[in-house]
Amino acid sequence: MSNTPSTLKYAKSDEWFDPASGKVGLSDYAQGQLSDIVFVEITVSVGDTVSAGQAIASVESVKAASDVYSPVSGKVVAVNEALADAPESINSDPYGAAWFIQVEGGKDAGLMDAGAYDADCAARAH
Amino acid sequence: MTYIPISPKERDEMLQAVGVKSLDDLFEAIPARVRFPKLNLPPALTEMEAASLLDELASANENVRSDLVSFLGAGMYNHYIPAVVDHILRRGEFYTAYTPYQPEISQGTLQAIFEYQSLMAALTGMELSNASHYDGATAAAEAVNMAFANFRGKRRKVVLSASIHPQYREVIRTYTQGIDLTVTGDDSAADLQASPEALIPQIDSNTALVLVQYPDFFGRVFDYTRLIEAAHAQGAWVCVIANPTALALLKTPGAMGADIVVGEGQPLGIPLWYGGPSLGFFTTKKQYVHKMAGRLVGETVDTRGQKGYVLTLTAREQHIKREKATSNICSNQGLMALASAVYLSVVGKSGLKQVANLCYQKAHYAASELSKLPGVGLCFSQPFFHEFALCLPKPAEEINAHLLEHGILGGYDLGQEYPSLKNHLLVAVTEMNTKEEIDMLVEVLKEALDE
Repeated sequence: MSNTPSTLKYAKSDEWFDPASGKVGLSDYAQGQLSDIVFVEITVSVGDTVSAGQAIASVESVKAASDVYSPVSGKVVAVNEALADAPESINSDPYGAAWFIQVEGGKDAGLMDAGAYDADCAARAH
Repeated sequence: MTYIPISPKERDEMLQAVGVKSLDDLFEAIPARVRFPKLNLPPALTEMEAASLLDELASANENVRSDLVSFLGAGMYNHYIPAVVDHILRRGEFYTAYTPYQPEISQGTLQAIFEYQSLMAALTGMELSNASHYDGATAAAEAVNMAFANFRGKRRKVVLSASIHPQYREVIRTYTQGIDLTVTGDDSAADLQASPEALIPQIDSNTALVLVQYPDFFGRVFDYTRLIEAAHAQGAWVCVIANPTALALLKTPGAMGADIVVGEGQPLGIPLWYGGPSLGFFTTKKQYVHKMAGRLVGETVDTRGQKGYVLTLTAREQHIKREKATSNICSNQGLMALASAVYLSVVGKSGLKQVANLCYQKAHYAASELSKLPGVGLCFSQPFFHEFALCLPKPAEEINAHLLEHGILGGYDLGQEYPSLKNHLLVAVTEMNTKEEIDMLVEVLKEALDE
């Protein structure tokens, strides 16, 4: 069973958004599906404006390569530069050390709460 | 026996699934009149007749092995190829241009690629190599793609030295015509006598990549260390297009700080055979491995502790990255890469150095003898490897025609691509040219000038 903190909001494409801090990351469910993550590249920089659904990073695991999309629209105020050197932290600490970017004034266009996201993941498993 | 594995029943099921009645319905979009055009072909020949006709046609070709003495280079070079290269190349286990799609089952192919990659990285002084591109020109264009993708479109300028092979510069422009990228630095007014540092003022914070050739198209050898430092100061990458034979003698581009080293692998065991197939090598720094096109084979141990080879990384390829792939190259020149790996293994480190040294010494003898002829001189004063630009008192085209009458394939007529180098001939000399041949070239060229 994946860990889904209730303080966060979730996108169908498996990113989390913290309304308190503006940070964005990849959910515990997503990291579990990807398995061991070996490479991450954040493709936006501080100062960029992102819109919800826009690709902000790409991650590669031993199984697959996939894109990470911004769950919200807003301005990028910080990028986790340390993440590229520790891609495995997405597996070990998806809601802590492994945040991707911080977005200011993040507008949430229909994100799910933890309960709805858990239900969504459960539905996908079948 | 049939080579098409589907049965009529399966075919009908598939047709039904896509919603058409017959196979012909699938070709509806093609106008009926062009579906089976009448081909104006002569009557069929028997195998014996066809073989005889092909022999007759082939005998019209002249080649550098038995017909002509060659001093033509300009990107492709006539080197000796040990017999074992061809022998290994034609083994059934290797005789395909492709890496298999279930790669780990083909350990021999993977090992060959691993050896090729290791050899190319050592030769260029870089940390890793991919499994090859089509040729030197496409490898150079891939370097541009990689740099452009690395800066994610935030740097939109590429600076080319005018002394890069003209066809490489054309291929780079062809590759990049769909993206909003400025390719500059090589306009026809560029001063060809200038040192590489003359490019520095053109490198700015919008520059993704600077490309230079080593030795350059005119055979000249420059140390690009200062240029590379200046480019790095602006945050730009530098790609060195290198001749692999020359690298056996010269300081490696890796030692100069290059970010990418590419080049034509043909001098390493691949015949000239009228222009291809050849081989593009591509090496870079370890930190850029995820940006590199193509594939990377690694050595590992299996669950029983035995040495084995795996396809370690194919991250940039289309089947992984789909539309986000930064390269369209999924294929490679596997067989040609094998030829190079076998060639390098057979001649060895000292053998390659010997080949390079012979090229260097013979080219310098030829240059010195040729420049003694009245009205003839070397166009450039900088050090050169095995190729040099000769200034003539007559059009290079006329000289070449005269040489050909005497069984000599002359040099490359530089006036074709460089308006300022009319009457200039680019002459290449390799270990294949004997002293007698060089003396004959001097003699016949003298005759052509006296005419």
